[in-house]
Amino acid sequence: MAKWPKPPEGSWTEHYPHLGTGPVSFQDSISPEFYEDEREAVFKRSWLNVGRVEQLPRNGSYFTKEIAVANASVVIARDMDGEVRAFHNICRHRGNKLVWTDFPREETSGSCRQFVCKYHGWKYDLDGACTFVQQEEEFFDFDKADYGLVQVHCDVWAGFVFVNLDKEPRQCLREFLGPMITGIEGYPFEKMTERFVVRADVGSNWKLFMDAFQEFYHAPILHARQTPAAFSIPAAANGFHAPHYQIDGPHGVVSTAGIRPWNLPKDMLKPMEEATRSGLFGPWDAPDIGELPEGVNPANCDPWGLDSFQIWPNFVILIWGQNWYLTYHYWPTAHNRHTFESTLYFVPARSARERVAQEMAAVSMKEYALQDGNTLEATQTMLESGYVDTFPLNDQEVLCRSLHKVAVDWVEDYRREKAGAERD
Amino acid sequence: MTDALLPARFADLEPFAAVWCLPTEGERYARRLASTMDELQAFYDACFGRIEEALDHCDQFPLDEMPADAVNLMHLIYSLVIVSMPVEAWRQPHVPDAGAARLDRIVEPAP
Repeated sequence: MAKWPKPPEGSWTEHYPHLGTGPVSFQDSISPEFYEDEREAVFKRSWLNVGRVEQLPRNGSYFTKEIAVANASVVIARDMDGEVRAFHNICRHRGNKLVWTDFPREETSGSCRQFVCKYHGWKYDLDGACTFVQQEEEFFDFDKADYGLVQVHCDVWAGFVFVNLDKEPRQCLREFLGPMITGIEGYPFEKMTERFVVRADVGSNWKLFMDAFQEFYHAPILHARQTPAAFSIPAAANGFHAPHYQIDGPHGVVSTAGIRPWNLPKDMLKPMEEATRSGLFGPWDAPDIGELPEGVNPANCDPWGLDSFQIWPNFVILIWGQNWYLTYHYWPTAHNRHTFESTLYFVPARSARERVAQEMAAVSMKEYALQDGNTLEATQTMLESGYVDTFPLNDQEVLCRSLHKVAVDWVEDYRREKAGAERD
Repeated sequence: MTDALLPARFADLEPFAAVWCLPTEGERYARRLASTMDELQAFYDACFGRIEEALDHCDQFPLDEMPADAVNLMHLIYSLVIVSMPVEAWRQPHVPDAGAARLDRIVEPAP
């Protein structure tokens, strides 16, 4: 594989001088104290993606999102005027969780005209207004207009629903996302409604799994056995070089060149890839989705592999050259644990063949992710052992370097603010 | 034969259908892990050459109006896909060095 040109500074990393080039500490991924501050500094201040508008197909549709890292449960609903709103999932009367089914800790979804508390029957409109209080006359100095659901800041971009748990978000969603991310607006996400969702409980800090999917330096090594030797041996010898990296504020993107598997010699393919005309990169027969927006395939690769947009803090949109996309979410549950969720989105299959090709892509993705996932526990435990405390990162790991720096910067800002507030 | 799972022209695959016509990825993956390599190889060897014919059969129907035996055939193909990984790559039922890792599919299209 040809090496791609690097920026004039000589490397992607030096193109962003604030990153430095020295070895990196992963203290931010092993310290319980750092994690506690990160919850406040990052997860209670950032815009967090909680899903897509297709999960709210009609007025009255709702779903809940448990955000353990921010100690929050949020209900997201499309109200009777069609507006998407978010509320803290708590009844204003005695604090019961308002929307849940069978198991209060589990997420749920459905459709209704009003939310009704299971405990004493208080009712709320989907715009949050409290509309009914059982034996209202028994309360004191009471006006139910004062007891609507507590709103959570909520906004929608490109069909992705975001919430912000800050009292007053420091930036609006568009400003937070910035021009690199909003540059992919116009990609037909709304056409890709066939979903596969996988979830895992992973024994590592959330940032370490983000690292695993934001560099492909590991790919020819860790995943070598996924491909026949005719493919994997030259791949490992060449190593990995991305044609394009970009960092815009706290967000990043890596774009890769692709392959045309249907042109490869047979000995470089797995028989099932040929049989299903599909594989990790997706179905070979890509659906026609029209012109792509400018922000997609920024290096104009042909063939183009994928763009992985790393949206701070814990959300990834990965757009494949074969005209499908997937998202990753990394939801921390402790300093050394998180819930990983990946959703694959395809244009709905029109035939059994198309559907089987999607299944092949989904199964391939899982095989790769299982390899990635298990190395993480091995990394977490050894980082925690503390015997080695700095680690070199190469130029193909520039997004990892950026992620950890952003996390540290946000936490340090928060600590300074807090120390300042305590002095005043 | 009233208890056949598959369309008549795939009658020879019925012994595998009884084991592998599983509607969810979770069940298929669990069956793969619970199988020996000999069992996986036998299933693969018997069915791999029939994929094209099976796809042709299923493609006669719209996805949302497939008769039950064609849906079973789809599930058999999905099982073959999941079994192809150990047979074509790993030479063992589970992903190497991924002993403890799990990844559960919680939403999937039907069929």
